[in-house]
Amino acid sequence: MPLEKISQVSGNAVYVPGDDIDTDRIIPARFMKCVTFDGLGEYLFYDMKFNEDGSKKNHPLNDTKFANSSIMLTGANFGCGSSREHAPQSLYRAGFRAIIAGNFAEIFFGNSINLGMPCVSVSDETRNLISASIEQDPKCEVVVDILNRVIRVGDSSYPHELREGARDSLLNGSWDPLDELLQANQGIEDIHKNLAYI
Amino acid sequence: MSKLNLFEKVWKAHSVGQLQNGQTQLFVGRHLIHEVTSPQAFGMLREQNLPVRYPERTFATVDHIVPTNETQEPYSDPLADAMIKELRKNCKDFDVTFFDVDTGKQGIVHVVGPEQGLTQPGMTIACGDSHTSTHGAFGAIAFGIGTSQVRDLLATQTMALGKLKVRRIEVNGKLNPGIFAKDVILHIIKVLGVNGGTGYAYEYAGDVFDSFSMEERMTACNMSIEGGARAGYVNPDEKTFEYLKGKPYSPKNENWDEVVSKWASFASDEGCHYDDIVKIDASEIGPTVTWGINPSQAIGINETIPNPSLVDPKEKASIEEAIEYMKITPGAPIKGTPIDVAFIGSCTNGRISDLEEVASQIHGHKVKEGIKAIVVPGSQVVSKIAEEKGLDKIFTDAGFEWRYAGCSMCLAMNPDKLIGDQLCASSSNRNFKGRQGSPTGRTMLMSPTMVAAAAITGVISDSREVFSS
Ligand code: SF4
Repeated sequence: MPLEKISQVSGNAVYVPGDDIDTDRIIPARFMKCVTFDGLGEYLFYDMKFNEDGSKKNHPLNDTKFANSSIMLTGANFGCGSSREHAPQSLYRAGFRAIIAGNFAEIFFGNSINLGMPCVSVSDETRNLISASIEQDPKCEVVVDILNRVIRVGDSSYPHELREGARDSLLNGSWDPLDELLQANQGIEDIHKNLAYI
Repeated sequence: MSKLNLFEKVWKAHSVGQLQNGQTQLFVGRHLIHEVTSPQAFGMLREQNLPVRYPERTFATVDHIVPTNETQEPYSDPLADAMIKELRKNCKDFDVTFFDVDTGKQGIVHVVGPEQGLTQPGMTIACGDSHTSTHGAFGAIAFGIGTSQVRDLLATQTMALGKLKVRRIEVNGKLNPGIFAKDVILHIIKVLGVNGGTGYAYEYAGDVFDSFSMEERMTACNMSIEGGARAGYVNPDEKTFEYLKGKPYSPKNENWDEVVSKWASFASDEGCHYDDIVKIDASEIGPTVTWGINPSQAIGINETIPNPSLVDPKEKASIEEAIEYMKITPGAPIKGTPIDVAFIGSCTNGRISDLEEVASQIHGHKVKEGIKAIVVPGSQVVSKIAEEKGLDKIFTDAGFEWRYAGCSMCLAMNPDKLIGDQLCASSSNRNFKGRQGSPTGRTMLMSPTMVAAAAITGVISDSREVFSS
C-alpha cells in the first residue's frame, strides 16, 4: 500500500513548555494495559492535565483556545525515557500530526517518524518566537514545511532541522519501512544461514 | 585489515543492505518480547496477513504486569489478565517460545535473556523495551525499539536503523569500598547528562569494568538509555565466556573453544577508532543518590541538594521544577531525607548478586517501623537460587516482604504502587514524575545496599556508616 507523501503539515499549534518531558509523562504506564493503541489519545499527558480527584489542572492541553491543535511545540530532549510507542501513538491519536521541539530522544524520534509524524528541531529563540505568535493568536496557522526546511507562522519563516534520512522517507512516502524490508528476501536468508548462532 | 570497534564489527556482520533513506537494514539475531509492547505488533501482522519469519529467533516472557504477591489466575486486574492471555495466544499461534509463569524461567526480560544464555557476544539483540541495552554487557549490540519495529522484526527479522557513533567511557583506577556498579553508572550519567548519549553507543571500559562481574556490567549497561545512549556494551572477555558456559541456550560444550574464539573476535581492536573518548577517575565516585526527576539529577550522599539560584540560568527552571515536585529543600543535605518505601528489584538491580550483597549486610538489622520494604527478584531463577541459599529468610527476618518475580514497583503496572506523595528509595532505573504508580509519588535512585540502609534507618543514609560494624 503506498504511503502518503508528507511534504508539510499545517494547522493550529499548542505550546507545552518544559525540557526533558519523558514518555512516562506523555503516557503514564498504567494506561498501557491495552492490547491495541486505539484509545490512547484520551490519556495523553493525563497526570499533567488532571489532579488525582479528576479535576482539571491548569495545562495548555486543557485550554479550549488550543483544542483543535494538530502541532505541538515543546522543549528539549522531548520523549526521553522508555521505548514505548504508546507515547507517539497517544499524540497521534489525540490529533497531533507534527512535533516541534528543541530536540528529541532517539527512540521517540524513530517511533514518531515510523507513524508519519514529523519531529523537527528548532533553536530556543525560534521556539520563543513561535510560542509568542501562538499566544497572541491561538488560531494562527502554523506550517511545518518539510520540503523547504522551514516553519511558517503568518508572515514569518523560521528554519528547522530534521535528519536527512527521516526527511527523505517522509517526502517520498517510505516512512513506514516494512515494505522495503520485506523486499530484501534473499539477503535476509543469507545472513540468517551464516550467523554462528540461531 | 582495518581496526574496528565491537560496534562496527557487529553492525557489519548483520547488515543486509542500505535502505533508500540511508538507514541500514539490520538483521537482529535475537528478538525478545514481553506483554506490553508486543500485542499491537502481532495485531499488525494479522491485519497484513504476514507470518513470523524465524519464530526460533524470538523469545517471550511476561514481566511488566505480573502481580508479585499472587500467582493465581485470573489476576485481580482484568486488564493485566487480558494481557498475559493475549501474549500466551500470540506465542502459541506464531510458534514463539514463551517463558510463561509456570515454566520456572519467567522474569524480567533483561534478567531472563542472560541467565538463559540467550544473550551472547557479537549478537544483535532487540526488544520493545528501552533497557535492552543491558544485554550489551556480553559484547552484544542491543537496542530498545518501538512496537512498529517489533512488527518489522517479527515479519522480517530486520529493522531500519541509522548507524550510531561510538563513545568509549573508561573508568580507571579502583573504586572505594562500598561503591557499586549503580554508583558508577549514576555518576557517568551525572557527568554526561541525560541526553549526552544521543546518537551514540557507549563502550564501557577501563580497570573498573574489567574487574566488574557480569552482573555488575549488566547494571551499568542497563542504564545507558538513561544517559540518552541507545546501546551500551562491554567487550567480551574470559568472565563473559565463563558466565555463559553451561547456560540452557549457550552453545554446547563440544566445540566450546571454537565458539569462544569466535566470540572473542568481536572485541574492539587495539587502536581502533572511537568518535569520542571520556575518562573518569574511579576514586571520585561515591555512593550516589538521585534527588530530582531524571537520572542525571544525582549527587553524592554527602552533598547537598542544588540551590537553583546558584546554578547556570539554563538549568534553573528544570532544577526548580524537580525541587518542587520532590518537595525537598534547596541547599539541604540529601542524607537524612525521610523515606516511606524501599524497593529492591528491577532489571538494573534484581539479580542474584544484588540480593546476596544486601543479604550479607542486613544481618541483625531491622526495617524501621512504618517503612514498607519489598524485595522483588528479577526472575524465577533468581528467586529459586535465593531461596535455596536462604536469602528470603534473611530478608523477611529483617522485615522486608519477599515477592514473586517481575518488574513490580519499577514502573508499577502491577499492584505494587506508591500512594500519594510517598518517597521511595529505589534500586530501579527511573525517577521520572509518577514513575512508581502515583502521579505525585517520589523516587530516589540508588544501589540496593543504599536502599537497604534507607529501609533500616528510615532516612536516606550512607550505607558505609549503617553497615560499618
Ligand atoms: S524492571 Fe523496570 S525498567 Fe526493567 S523492564 Fe521492567 S519496567 Fe522496564
